[in-house]
Amino acid sequence: MNALRRHRALSRIWASDPGWKGWFTTVNHTDLGRMFLVVATFFFVVGGILAMLIRAQLASPRSAFLGPDHYNQIFTMHGTIMMFLFAIPFFEGLAVYLLPKMLGTRDLAFPRLTAYGFWCYVFGGSMMIFALLAGVAPDSGWFMYPPLSSTIGAPGINSDFWLIGITFVEISAISAAVEITVTVLRYRAPGMKLSQMPIFAWYALVTAVMILTGFPPLILGSILLELERAFGLPFFQVAQGGDALLWQHLFWLFGHPEVYIIFLPAAGAISTILPVMARTTLMGYGWIVAAAVSLGVLSFGLWVHHMFTTGIPHMGLAFFSAASTLVAVPTAVQIFAWIGTLWKGRPEMHLPMLWLLAFFATFVIGGLTGVMVAIVPFDWQAHDTYFIVAHLHYVLVGGFVFPMIAALYYWMPHFTGRKTYFKLGHAAFWLVVPGFHGTFLMLHWAGLLGMRRRIDSYESGQGWEAINIIASISGFVMAIGFALVVIDVVVNAVVAIRGSRDPWGAGTLDWAMPTPAAPYNFASLAHVTSRDPLYDDPKLPVRLARGEGYLGDPDRARRETLSVDIATGAPRYVVVFPGNTALPMLMSAVTGLFFLGMLLKAYWLVPISALGVIACALIWVRGLGSRVPEGALPVGRGLSLATAAEAADPPGWWGSVFLLLANGTFFGSLLFGYAFLFSIAPNWPPPAYLEPGPLPLLLVLLGAGLAFIGPRFDTLTGQGATLVGLILIAGAALPLLSGSTDPTRHAYDATVWVFVGYGLLHCVVSLLMWSVVAGRRLTGHSAQTSLGTKRIARLWSDYTLLVALLTDAAIGLPGVLT
Amino acid sequence: MIAQLWWVLLAGATLIFLFVAGLIAWAWRRPSGETDERRFVIWLGLAFPMIVLAALLAYGLIVGERLLPRATPDLVRVHAEARQWDWRFRYDDLPGLETDNVLHIPADRPVDVAITTADVVHAFWVPRLAGKLDAVPGHVNVLRIEADAPGRYEGLGSEFNGVGYRDHRFTVIAHDDAGWQAFLQGETP
Ligand code: HEM
Ligand SMILES: [Cu+2]
Repeated sequence: MNALRRHRALSRIWASDPGWKGWFTTVNHTDLGRMFLVVATFFFVVGGILAMLIRAQLASPRSAFLGPDHYNQIFTMHGTIMMFLFAIPFFEGLAVYLLPKMLGTRDLAFPRLTAYGFWCYVFGGSMMIFALLAGVAPDSGWFMYPPLSSTIGAPGINSDFWLIGITFVEISAISAAVEITVTVLRYRAPGMKLSQMPIFAWYALVTAVMILTGFPPLILGSILLELERAFGLPFFQVAQGGDALLWQHLFWLFGHPEVYIIFLPAAGAISTILPVMARTTLMGYGWIVAAAVSLGVLSFGLWVHHMFTTGIPHMGLAFFSAASTLVAVPTAVQIFAWIGTLWKGRPEMHLPMLWLLAFFATFVIGGLTGVMVAIVPFDWQAHDTYFIVAHLHYVLVGGFVFPMIAALYYWMPHFTGRKTYFKLGHAAFWLVVPGFHGTFLMLHWAGLLGMRRRIDSYESGQGWEAINIIASISGFVMAIGFALVVIDVVVNAVVAIRGSRDPWGAGTLDWAMPTPAAPYNFASLAHVTSRDPLYDDPKLPVRLARGEGYLGDPDRARRETLSVDIATGAPRYVVVFPGNTALPMLMSAVTGLFFLGMLLKAYWLVPISALGVIACALIWVRGLGSRVPEGALPVGRGLSLATAAEAADPPGWWGSVFLLLANGTFFGSLLFGYAFLFSIAPNWPPPAYLEPGPLPLLLVLLGAGLAFIGPRFDTLTGQGATLVGLILIAGAALPLLSGSTDPTRHAYDATVWVFVGYGLLHCVVSLLMWSVVAGRRLTGHSAQTSLGTKRIARLWSDYTLLVALLTDAAIGLPGVLT
Repeated sequence: MIAQLWWVLLAGATLIFLFVAGLIAWAWRRPSGETDERRFVIWLGLAFPMIVLAALLAYGLIVGERLLPRATPDLVRVHAEARQWDWRFRYDDLPGLETDNVLHIPADRPVDVAITTADVVHAFWVPRLAGKLDAVPGHVNVLRIEADAPGRYEGLGSEFNGVGYRDHRFTVIAHDDAGWQAFLQGETP
């Protein structure tokens, strides 16, 4: 079979549906990555327009352009859109598009999940846009501090849009993170060791794990606040045992890591692009990986620096101040390793390099002002002024937007398969970068002169006028520059001439394919033995196209790739991917109805759509895996491997592990919140602790015992024991709750209800999983092909019983002790 | 003292920025070739920031320590309660009096302000007298302020609190000895 015939055969297997239908049924990462990037860019434009409204309002003193009501919605939505609907999804899009290509595989681990996440993002984002257009957008600032954001300060629907819409969008962040983690660990080109991964994959891995552990506190906080707003559960109302500070802790437990979740992908792009621009290899690969990992870890210990003015004890301040300055160290390691890379090579001034220089100039300033505000006495003065606004834009625009534009220009030949032709990009650069510094540099000074952030107008005569008019004019110049970038990209994508395959002379596998990428990425999978396979073997692309790698034979007529061992990259099994389907979009639409029911207080819709989601999920898993073992299949280069359906650790098992990591963080945050209220909130103890007596404890212990032992016997009795055990655990909820009065009485009672609800939800999920296992047994799946499913179900029921035991202890102990 | 802290920070930051910019610019001027990885990663990446940060942190802690409230015999205690959108002040030395949006204090004496709120989160900030401190429902935070000279000082609510945020201000009046005695006698000036 020659290269062209192979290309045709593979394209037939992998292609998305033709025409407009393809948009809704595609599960291909190249399509979805592009779609993510386009939608994220759309939100950047919306956020940018809001920024221009802000700057128009503040251009002169006593401006009457916007009233405080609208102004508050606008700056809240600007921050919210930029953080949640632009920055994170843009990273997701880039990673979704690039990772399989850089790792030398054919798709992400869970193609349908990619699509599901994408549509959740689109639908959730649309809710936010609707709120904006309807004039009922959130207006309490992007960190939504209660009581201002709760019923006391915001009785309207505004805050509900934020809490529900953003939680909906977070589904996409969590699913992308699970997917990226599993892909990086298990879906690489055969032979590619962890230490040989492209550096971007390391950054994506760290970022994804940070999303899994950083977003759950926010999701928990949003759920608690929505429960308070909708049903009066007083988690943040001090009179009934709640505490506004609980929100601040949960929010910043997310919010600080978020900043690094945004920066690290950009750093990954820089580490990839910079060496190519300097015609050399990256200096200190190992150090950079270590720096990224330690940034990830450290950033979870810093959240309190956003709360320096809330009355934290002095010792606590000293600790968090020290920790906050410490993050500058791994950041410096990366910066200097990059500079060392420039020294090592012969840097050339292409457009991506220009944007990287803008990154250096801007981000270093942002980092230095960041160190300043980590010094507590200084922060007491700068907090909540324009100094902070300036600082955060130096970090976010300098540390994310500029590198991402560099990435855009660097990978543009890849996205479009064309040579960059028009030179609008340079003009855009010279508008954006000076425009940016003109906007924000002087605003530091305005902050020090006492200009508070979030004021809708100001009086003249305080020395702020000149700074603000300069900032506004420069802001508009910058906006024109960004518009030119967008125009430049569109024009080049449409009309430029076809380019060569590897225009920059890079060494990573993303350039070892014809561009624009074919839906199957590689006609056969490379065997990788170094970090820059293209430098070792410039003929590699041709040999892959000729089918000299793995899986070059499309005879089985289905979408196949290889999954490898985590550390060594040795091939382990063949993965068979699902085909095109509208199910992910349908499922996310039904998920959207669930959130819509909550938002509009149409509570009848909530259980119906929950059932709908379950139905979709059952259809989803039904299609997975074949019924009978196929045994070892030839995969090329003389190797034979079985399929994932016969493995003890199929991709779904790994996905579950990382989903449970996020889930466990969620539960941990709940325990943290409970302990926080217990020890810090002013109006504790509650009127009465529950005294459930021994019955629920007995039920949970008995149930947990059965549900633990049952799955470990592969018999019908074993599965029956598991079901009975789970039902017993669920049954313990009744005597528990019957002792409690109503959840609106005190934050304690409210917390008990959330614990019990969480436990019950997991009983239901585990029961569903085990019924899938039973269903497979009935439909004649062999023992070999249901092994993986069984182990997945066991993972979930084990987690459920752990939750049940901890919940029982958490609820029961205070009553016993007092 | 905070002003001095700022100038030190600014000078240090400018130097570091110029240093980094110089290093980058030099990459274009020098002939390419062997570059010592240890010099960049270990010396510049690890050692350099650690030394600078340790010095800075110590300095910040010392300044912070000096700003810390200390027990003194001539301490005056007042209470500030924020709400949307005004401030109410009460005085330990003058029970029963409540002033709206005006806080009276004696000049040249340390004053502890016990800050709380009746509704949402606010922050108490008199830029010329001290840093800011939040007013959190159910909690009381204590801020030490001291005015060097009699006069009027502008105070601001500095945590966003809704549509009236811009005008959430108050005035601090620092009295000389005679004025403070008169205030305590109930002669509202
Ligand atoms: C395109 C150029 C941009 C301009 C001119 C701009 C301008 C502004 C201004 C003037 C404020 C202060 C509003 C106020 O406090 O009243 C602000 C707030 C903010 N901006 Fe931007 N911004 C830009 C881009 C970005 C980007 C790219 C991000 C994030 C990735 C971002 C994130 C934020 C956040 C989080 C806030 C705080 C919102 C709040 O206080 O709730 N901005 N922006
Ligand atoms: Cu932070």
